[in-house]
Amino acid sequence: MAWEWHRPLEAKQVTFTVLAFVAVVIGGLVLLIPPYFLQGTIEPIAGVKPYSPLELEGRDLYIREGCNNCHSQEVRPFKTETDRYGPFSMAGEGIYDRPFLWGSKRTGPDLARVGGKYPDSWHWIHLVNPRQIEPRSNMPPFAFLTSSELDTSLTKRKLEVLRSLGTPYTDEEIGNAVVALRRQSDEIAAALRKEGVQLSDLGAHSEAVALIAYLQRLGRDIGWREKPVSTASLGEKP
Amino acid sequence: MTAGMSAGRQGSRELYDMAVVRGFALSTLVWGIVGMSVGLLAALQLAWPSLNMPPYLHFGRIRPIHTNAVIFGFTLGVVFTGSYYGVQRLCRVRMFSDALSRIHLWLWNAIIVAAALSLAAGYTTSKEYAELEWPLDIAVVVMWVIYAVNFFGTIARRREKPMYVALWFWIASILTIAMLYIFNNLERPVSMWKSYSIYAGVHDANIQWWYGHNAVGFLLTTPILGLMYYFLPKQVGRPIYSHRLSILHFWSLIFLYIWAGPHHLIYSPLPDWAQSLGSVFSVMLILPSWGGMLNGLLTMRGEWNRLRTDPLLKMFAVGLTFYGMSTFEGPMMAIKTVNSLSHFTDWTIGHVHSGALGWVALTSFATLYYVVPRLWHTELYSIRLAETHFWIATLGIVLYVTPMWISGVTQGLMWRAVNPDGSLTYSFVDTLAAIHIYYVLRTVGGALFLSGVLLMFYNVLRTIQQGTSEVPEPSAAAAVAVAGGK
Repeated sequence: MAWEWHRPLEAKQVTFTVLAFVAVVIGGLVLLIPPYFLQGTIEPIAGVKPYSPLELEGRDLYIREGCNNCHSQEVRPFKTETDRYGPFSMAGEGIYDRPFLWGSKRTGPDLARVGGKYPDSWHWIHLVNPRQIEPRSNMPPFAFLTSSELDTSLTKRKLEVLRSLGTPYTDEEIGNAVVALRRQSDEIAAALRKEGVQLSDLGAHSEAVALIAYLQRLGRDIGWREKPVSTASLGEKP
Repeated sequence: MTAGMSAGRQGSRELYDMAVVRGFALSTLVWGIVGMSVGLLAALQLAWPSLNMPPYLHFGRIRPIHTNAVIFGFTLGVVFTGSYYGVQRLCRVRMFSDALSRIHLWLWNAIIVAAALSLAAGYTTSKEYAELEWPLDIAVVVMWVIYAVNFFGTIARRREKPMYVALWFWIASILTIAMLYIFNNLERPVSMWKSYSIYAGVHDANIQWWYGHNAVGFLLTTPILGLMYYFLPKQVGRPIYSHRLSILHFWSLIFLYIWAGPHHLIYSPLPDWAQSLGSVFSVMLILPSWGGMLNGLLTMRGEWNRLRTDPLLKMFAVGLTFYGMSTFEGPMMAIKTVNSLSHFTDWTIGHVHSGALGWVALTSFATLYYVVPRLWHTELYSIRLAETHFWIATLGIVLYVTPMWISGVTQGLMWRAVNPDGSLTYSFVDTLAAIHIYYVLRTVGGALFLSGVLLMFYNVLRTIQQGTSEVPEPSAAAAVAVAGGK
């Protein structure tokens, strides 16, 4: 039998185990290591900046509530996608994203370019009851976010940890994190009130405000919504 | 082979530690019911959003509870059950350490409870099937090391020199899962329940789907193939069809699987060369996958008439058929053109469930129906109920998967539909409204599948009631101790 050479291996548990490990390691090494060293993996994009403290807290709420289970953040390079959502996603946009939030399923629409698409009050009403804005939506209501106060006790620590991983926050940004967070949430609260949302003091410091700050940030770094740019021009270096 | 003479009892102790297998089998059933019930709730919430119960039980938190419970509760449970049962018999020696076996059983159950509670509380890393936060990750690694030491320790002490093919698959699974889990979960803690991934953006996506795809490969495929290789020949009463095919498809399967992760990232910002590698290796995977399917199905050659009367063989045969179908479908979905339609849609959900319900769960049910009567030294309480379970489960799978396929293709086509002037035909919510009916139908399929599991639970409890965990006669253990599939 041509396969008798395999018999001795079947009796040697250590050799067998080592060979099995070699077999499963090769593919991982080829796929995971080179992207760190190949130039083309990530083309830097000038406008991409770290999240503000409030946006970061909002991002962590997006993760906590599992928004990524229904919303992707990855616009693919098809005309029908760029028409629907905006410019396709680029590797350079994600350099401060820990973890990445591309998602794997669109039960709801892609959110990679949602920043600036709607006013803050739209998001507020939509979070409280999605069906008030879109009767056919099947999104869960997140009214509880509008009445739970944002916990800022870890904000500074979060920035420090992210800096230790490579996000370039300055000492000043970390020192003033909570002050900056308050300033930004006050701005959003003011905008919400101006747009007619009845906002309590608690509501003004709520988790919903942080989540809105994050959603409004999405896709803004490439500067396409303020100054609309065509998909074609995005292919060129900024 | 001279099995039987040395089996049986050593002093007053049962040769094999079956008490821990009984613990694993019962836990598996409980986690199966919990995980699938949560899955049904998730399906209901997608069809009727008023069933969301924020803050703890809305879809965003429910979905990871479902996936974690069915993967790490039910599937891993049946892998522990089957591998603890099989490794002792194939090695003709008791588990390496009874203490480690007990710690393994209880630590695993504790982790699943903690996982469900912490995910409901919103403690999640968001990385799919790796959602658990760092303290639980550490507990998982400790548990896995205990499993590995116990398993490899048993193999090292074996009294049967050649290692049977089921052992190969379990060895590869234990090694690979350890590697995947550790490297994908490297994160820096902020607090007890919050951490940040050490990888960012495209690198994080790359390692996540190296992990995510191979969690499918080395949790939902290779250890289940181990179950198939042990329990199917036992049930048929014939050796596996081809040892040569076992060798060929084992080595090619474990080598090729690892490369296929990037098919989850086609048309993403991941470099093209990596996407293409993922695509090509996915297509190559058809061959070793079908090698396993054929080796299983052909083991039944000459015994096909028994399908009429034996619900376990029905489950194995249909399970292997679903394995063949989903390992053909997967590679097709990894082709860029197909993926451009299928990605982000319910087609993926349909694909996953044809594998998870059709292949993993049916093979798991057959395994449990096989071991439970032997663990409690009796006959199965009701073959007819098991037969009913098979038909309910199969109908449930069809009613689940078909609506998801149609829904997925509908979504894909509607997202890309354009008017003659080139503008998009449908708004996003138009596409959601169009698939509502399939979400309703899917809940029916899911409910059927779950009711089948409840039926099995009843059957198992009645079996336990009529049986005993004590070995009735010294020779009884020997009678079932003949190593399988040689």
